[in-house]
Amino acid sequence: MTSLSAMPELAIRLRGVAKRFGEIVAVDGLDLDVPEGTCVGLLGPNGAGKSTTMKMLTAQVIASSGEIEVLGYTLPEQSKVARAEMGVVPQLDNLDTTLTVEQNLRVFAHLYRLGRAERGPAIERALKIANLTDRRKSKVDELSGGMRRRLLIARGLVHQPRLLLLDEPTVGLDPQVRQELWALIDALRSEGTSILMSTHYIEEAQRLADSVTIMSHGKAVAMGPPAALVMQHAGHEVLEVYGAPARLAEIEREAVVSGMRTRRTGTSVALMGIEGHNGDLPDGVRRAANLEDVFVLLTGEEVA
Amino acid sequence: MSNVGRRSELARTGGRNRSRVGRLDRPAIAGVLVREMTNFSSYWRSTTFASTIDPTIYLLAFGFGFGSLVSKVAGYDYVDFVGTGTVATAVLFSSVFPSMFGTFVKYSFQHTYDAILAAPVDTEEIVTAEALWIAMRAGTYGCVPMLVAIAFGLDPRIDMLVVPLIAFVSGFGWAAFGIMVAGLLKSIDNFNYVTSTVITPTFLVAGTFFPLSGLPQWAQVLGNFNPLHHTVELVRHAAFGWEGWADLAHVGALVLFALIMWRFAIRALTRKLIT
Repeated sequence: MTSLSAMPELAIRLRGVAKRFGEIVAVDGLDLDVPEGTCVGLLGPNGAGKSTTMKMLTAQVIASSGEIEVLGYTLPEQSKVARAEMGVVPQLDNLDTTLTVEQNLRVFAHLYRLGRAERGPAIERALKIANLTDRRKSKVDELSGGMRRRLLIARGLVHQPRLLLLDEPTVGLDPQVRQELWALIDALRSEGTSILMSTHYIEEAQRLADSVTIMSHGKAVAMGPPAALVMQHAGHEVLEVYGAPARLAEIEREAVVSGMRTRRTGTSVALMGIEGHNGDLPDGVRRAANLEDVFVLLTGEEVA
Repeated sequence: MSNVGRRSELARTGGRNRSRVGRLDRPAIAGVLVREMTNFSSYWRSTTFASTIDPTIYLLAFGFGFGSLVSKVAGYDYVDFVGTGTVATAVLFSSVFPSMFGTFVKYSFQHTYDAILAAPVDTEEIVTAEALWIAMRAGTYGCVPMLVAIAFGLDPRIDMLVVPLIAFVSGFGWAAFGIMVAGLLKSIDNFNYVTSTVITPTFLVAGTFFPLSGLPQWAQVLGNFNPLHHTVELVRHAAFGWEGWADLAHVGALVLFALIMWRFAIRALTRKLIT
């Protein structure tokens, strides 16, 4: 385990990782670090290569080239050992729906090789984390969407992994449930679990991640703490100007000429970094720059 | 404490031999078996119903339907002949269909394998455990027609106690065959091709309902390549008397079938699950 002692601070380390499916390049020379005890957000539009990257970390997708280390183990050769020490929460719900909450956890306590004496306490702990102790005897079929998602997370935590992979943890859930899950994830991170979370919800990354890597077309186009990325790419303040499409196009042209970065929001044009602008500005609504501005700037406005 | 012990144990194995990090690990196979057994507790009634009623209907329909026309076949009472033969039918039906459809549903619709492969389990262990589990069921359900035949007058014999074992080996081969088919085919609709071209002929030309000796020479030769035929022969000899080396050859054929299908199933499912 020389690699472990050499790189003790990284839970995940990717260098120049590429994955090709025939002609299609899904991941194209990706570098990614997840320092131990931190939460890293993997952000990118659909098709950016997030899911492929996540699947490479469990060796369900084998990289075409590059180096992957998870918890100090080299993948894919030592993937099984790495998988024993990490938990995975998939994007798609793959619970056994005819089984009870407790049975689902018990099956995974076996799959994660917990000893006979460890299983009971591990299940209780997982039930408690997911706040499902009262529903332990309920069949998965009878649970709400939020409860199922909490059970999925609990299932990935039943063996107290050092590293947790969350693939789009709150996709398709209503705001109340999302907030509840964010609190759960935040609590895990504060207890020292390393987390890699793929998401295309900007707010999720901004709230939870210590650092984000923004992916586009299989590459990392930016990485760093959310606030630093916002500062670097979109400045402090943004002016959103509303108007008819022709007017918006004109504002956009003028802003670019005067050296400002802009982006469309769908209903307005956003002028970025206005705090450093000396000339006149059109009428509009001022707001703080956010990660979504950076995301759209770096990954493009066109829908792939 | 034991958590730390487990971690170092895995790490040690991983460090020592990188290319074969715990292949066919017993705990991994046990984990997948636990999953199968736990799920079985929620649907065993319907499966047991179908697996017992189907072959019994065949036995009664053929045994008493044809039995009224032909009283003896190959020197045996026709009901006894069919009663022992339909053991193989029960084995086939309770192994190949659950494995074909079960594997495909788990792969395509329930995404179960994604969940299992995220744990320290490899495709090889999934295939092995699932085939073992289906084989155990086939070993049990396979005995039902024989028990029904005993109720209708087949003489019980101590040698019949090996029938569950024969059914287990045969069931393992057919379960692996089903997993392989599910791994190779892109759509569940395509299963019809396999059912019509492989399973139906296999089931009919196995010596279950009529002896192969009445068929043309080429069909008899082909019959030797039918694992179900070997199953039928072994079960019948367990019930009526062994035939020495011939039975050993039948056992060899079944074991070979099971081993080949096991490796093919692993290869087919690995190709589907690991990209």
